Amino acid sequence: MTATIPHGDALIDALTIFALAIIVGYYVIWGVTPALHSPLMAMTNGISSVIIVGAIIAAGPYDPFSGSHSAIDATMPRVGLLAIVLASINIFGGFIVTWRMLAMFRKKSVPEGTDKKDKSS
Amino acid sequence: MTSLLYLGAALCFVYALRGLAHPTTSRRGLAAGIVGMLLAVATTFQLPVVQGHLPIIVAIAVGGVIGAFIAWRIAMTALPQLVAGFHSLVGLAAVMVAITAFYQPEVYGIADADGNPTLASLIEMGLGVVIGAMTFSGSLVAFSKLQGLVSGAPLVFVGQHLLNLVLAMLMVASLVMLAVHVEGVYFWSALALALILGVTLIVPIGGADMPVVVSMLNSYSGWAAAGIGFTLSNHLLIIVGALVGSSGAILSYIMCKGMNRPFLSVILGGFGQGDDSPATEGAQARNVKAGNADDAAFIMKNAARIIIVPGYGMAVAQAQHAVHEMAQALTQHGAHVRYAIHPVAGRMPGHMNVLLAEANVSYDDVLELDDINNDFASTDVAFVIGANDITNPAARNDTSSAIYGMPILNVDKAATTLFVKRSLGAGYAGIENELFFQEKTMMLFGDAKKMVEGIIKAL
Repeated sequence: MTATIPHGDALIDALTIFALAIIVGYYVIWGVTPALHSPLMAMTNGISSVIIVGAIIAAGPYDPFSGSHSAIDATMPRVGLLAIVLASINIFGGFIVTWRMLAMFRKKSVPEGTDKKDKSS
Repeated sequence: MTSLLYLGAALCFVYALRGLAHPTTSRRGLAAGIVGMLLAVATTFQLPVVQGHLPIIVAIAVGGVIGAFIAWRIAMTALPQLVAGFHSLVGLAAVMVAITAFYQPEVYGIADADGNPTLASLIEMGLGVVIGAMTFSGSLVAFSKLQGLVSGAPLVFVGQHLLNLVLAMLMVASLVMLAVHVEGVYFWSALALALILGVTLIVPIGGADMPVVVSMLNSYSGWAAAGIGFTLSNHLLIIVGALVGSSGAILSYIMCKGMNRPFLSVILGGFGQGDDSPATEGAQARNVKAGNADDAAFIMKNAARIIIVPGYGMAVAQAQHAVHEMAQALTQHGAHVRYAIHPVAGRMPGHMNVLLAEANVSYDDVLELDDINNDFASTDVAFVIGANDITNPAARNDTSSAIYGMPILNVDKAATTLFVKRSLGAGYAGIENELFFQEKTMMLFGDAKKMVEGIIKAL
């Protein structure tokens, strides 16, 4: 009774997820206040660096500190490591810049001067 | 289990973006984003295929230190180029992951019996690598323009669109050949063509169109991540790619709408070289009421309602702190001071909001175009600092104008309009602003920051 899954199904699954995620993105992004569009770009910058997941897998098979993998060609894992460095720059950079920006967006405590305005007007 | 944890990370990312709906929830959103990233990395880290943990940790640490250093040191005025630079890194990382997927597909479990990537993977990989490469080289161009390494003006030449078309067709041909023959040469030729195309597509776009470019590249970086997600059959990457891709696409749409220009026209580029402008030399002969800081201070001291309209010039002059100081001084004189932000003011979406926030302006006082535009009629003084095209009434009246139809801030409706500008020069669109020559307009020529400081002194 075990049904064999043809290769096409994995692609259809991926496309389904892709399409639904775009719809989710559409509604969530329209909900972002225009004032925070710069932080949005910085945050999406950090988030899209989740591509590090692929880089980690690429770098995974190679362990220079254990002799057992000496048979593996280390070129591609090294490319993976470089990709990890790039993605990490983005993750840390993107999130920290987002944080710096968001920390500035405050409802400022009313300075002394503004009280006078209400009374005088 | 891995898929479940990835799903958790994806939900964190959705929540992170959702948090940006309002400044009060935004920091919680950012925390969710960081949790999602930790979850994603930790989950991947414990996969059986990942053997060499130490090099990976070192790589993350190296990248993390570099990224943190840059992010802490960067001035808020340099944000647009920073974002462009970061986009290029996402693109390059995507390219590198695609390369590893091509040469060691077995690691990702996408190899066929011969050890080559499967056909479906090859197609997805091809798309991922070309989008990633275009993101990389295009963002480098955008970075150079914003950083001032090359001229920010659009670069156009004869046969440009034809060249792009030929390059694109060659690129598609390479991808098809790659899928059919599975040979490295086609992989690399597609990659090389995409790198060139990224440059040739972005060079003709410049000036005031930069916000569109930056958002568009933001979108590309998402689609590149999604392409890699398809290649590796990684649902987390697909979801994130879709989220980021649609985010950038929506921002591009908002920016185009803010300029009333079709996306395609922005992409084809060449706007704002000034070739259709009636020339600025003639302008010098016309009558302009010029004032100094004392005049401006006098006018504003007697005003009850003031709206400040910042533009890119404020960012260039780093005048945001001085502007806030001036607004506070005016508030103490009893004036009601607010800020009006045009969607495309500055060089990236939300640019002005960040600068004003940096200068400690409360976000309650900063309003978007639709929310404040009707208030200009009941405003005593519109104080325009470093903005031009976004206030040009030609967009409303002059059907022959290149910016006709663009939504503008109605500063001409205010009783008095003050313009802080370095000269009478036209804006990025290369169009003269009628408003400069009107009776109720006073031009304040000089550096934005020095002028505002002068006004503060006079107050």
